[in-house]
Amino acid sequence: MADRAGAALTRPVDAPGDDELLPQVRIRHWGRVVAGLAVLAVLGLLFQAISRGDIDYASIPALLTQDVILEGLVDTIVLAVIAQAGAIVIGTVVALMRTSANPVLRWVSWAYIWVFRGLPVLLQILLWYNIALVFPTFSIPVPFTDAYLLDQPANVIMTGFLAALLGLGLNESAYMAEIVRAGLTSVDRGQTEAAKSIGMSPAKVLSRVVLPQAMRVIIPPTGNDFINMLKGTSIASVIGFTELIHAANALSSRSLAVMETLLAVAVWYMVVVSVANVGQYYLERHYNASIRPTGTRGSVWAKIGGSLRTPPFMRSSR
Amino acid sequence: MSAAAGEGVAQGEVLVRARGLRKHYGSLEVLRGVDLTVRRGQVVVLLGASGAGKSTLLRCVNHLEAADGGEIWVDGVPIGFRHDGDRLHELREKDVARQRAEIGMVFQRFNLFPHRTVLANVTEGPVQVRGVPRREAEAYARELLERVGLGDKVDTYPDRLSGGQQQRVAIARALAMRPKLLLFDEPTSALDPELVGEVLAVMTELAREGMTMIVVTHEISFAREVADHVVFMAGGVVVEEGPPEQVIGAPQHERTRAFLARVTA
Ligand SMILES: Nc1ncnc2c1ncn2[C@@H]1O[C@H](COP(=O)(O)OP(=O)(O)O)[C@@H](O)[C@H]1O
Ligand SMILES: [Mg+2]
Repeated sequence: MADRAGAALTRPVDAPGDDELLPQVRIRHWGRVVAGLAVLAVLGLLFQAISRGDIDYASIPALLTQDVILEGLVDTIVLAVIAQAGAIVIGTVVALMRTSANPVLRWVSWAYIWVFRGLPVLLQILLWYNIALVFPTFSIPVPFTDAYLLDQPANVIMTGFLAALLGLGLNESAYMAEIVRAGLTSVDRGQTEAAKSIGMSPAKVLSRVVLPQAMRVIIPPTGNDFINMLKGTSIASVIGFTELIHAANALSSRSLAVMETLLAVAVWYMVVVSVANVGQYYLERHYNASIRPTGTRGSVWAKIGGSLRTPPFMRSSR
Repeated sequence: MSAAAGEGVAQGEVLVRARGLRKHYGSLEVLRGVDLTVRRGQVVVLLGASGAGKSTLLRCVNHLEAADGGEIWVDGVPIGFRHDGDRLHELREKDVARQRAEIGMVFQRFNLFPHRTVLANVTEGPVQVRGVPRREAEAYARELLERVGLGDKVDTYPDRLSGGQQQRVAIARALAMRPKLLLFDEPTSALDPELVGEVLAVMTELAREGMTMIVVTHEISFAREVADHVVFMAGGVVVEEGPPEQVIGAPQHERTRAFLARVTA
């Protein structure tokens, strides 16, 4: 190995002056500089073009806090949170059915996912919303009496909110079932065996050993789904539910400041989505704590930036 | 037999008795009528080539695997069943769990809980299963970790430990339940050679203290020095059993001899 040919490449091991290190010439990344400048130039042109548009930017801050917009914002958040929470609960149950030893439960859960994931959300919302056409009243009789637990006309019960909640939530629950199932199956079988070997009941095995470890796989896609859900609530505007988009349309049909109102709504979406990102970051950190106890320090914003760049579940291995 | 054991281990009453154990996976018969007797305080080593059915037998003892036929009694209780008059009634998983709490198991791949610290791994069973107060469980866990030489690792997470350290934590986790019986399934097979000794040392110490143990291992020297009784299995049956000086020192069966020649080569 030592006698590689080419005198210019080698320095004899026993040459005098060996204790001096030779200067090193680093590669200059000229390509990066050029690419950076080019992108900045394009951005500058784009910005200039946008600033010429006939948009009254100064009116946007006032639009942000219009009562109608704020109501829409609250409705959007409430709908998204309840739909996602319900989806997580139902999805977990369906995932457990899917991995159950009972063939009936397995089949039913498969069919559930097949239907609620297969149909477009808009179609599901419309089906729920128009259910009064086929079931004029909803009634739940109390057995062996004449009394009713519930007895109401369907179009009183099936509000825009409920139809949107069912449509969005049940659709999402089918996706959550698959996410939870992937999480459960990602946990090594040895973990279950070790938990059983110290005498844990099936419920303890699940709650103390399997689910906490499955969380690392479950949280990142759930966070993505929740962000999609926040934006997806806009679809409920078609049945007149007063979420952000519906509120913007209502407002701009009077003021005629269409672009300004839409941009104000865009600002709110970005704010809400960013807050959700921060929440996701802390949840992930909580469940990854044991795997990476020495978390990187830095501002919250740096962390959000980092979490947007690489999918968190790819960062968590060792 | 007891005179030959040398260590002066008191060979008590029968703790484990397996009779006519059968188990198959599809058309593959893994256990074909296995009998096994383990007395209190005994160390029984199971030897045999890969696929002989050793792990399956061990996993039937704590009902991680349900046998298709035969019975296993541990300390007078039929594992996986409730004894009622002249019948055995199959138990629900929740009740099997109660039986398992009395039987510790150490796995080839450690299977520590990666989301909990070393201390929490060891206290998990006592706190969650037995309802021992946390303070008390932690005191005992620290004592056990001290005994396996890991008193300074209590707050570490398992992935920061070497394989040998992880396996010693796993032994402490099993001991924390104060088991009547410990099962070891190739506890040193996943370890780098230089780490095998530290785990075998802990096991030897446990044996000396009178713990009843069933150990599947390919460490012949451990079997020779620590075992009271050696069982050689092949093809789902017990081919030969007896004290180590007999089974390892002067094997009677050709299959035993061939196996020993291979693992000691
Ligand atoms: N869950 C299982 N499903 C199917 N076959 C299995 C299963 N577990 C073990 N076996 C088979 O049973 C045989 C005995 O396995 P095992 O008891 O693990 O043997 P050993 O521990 O002696 O190597 C092997 O051929 C193995 O492939
Ligand atoms: Mg095995």
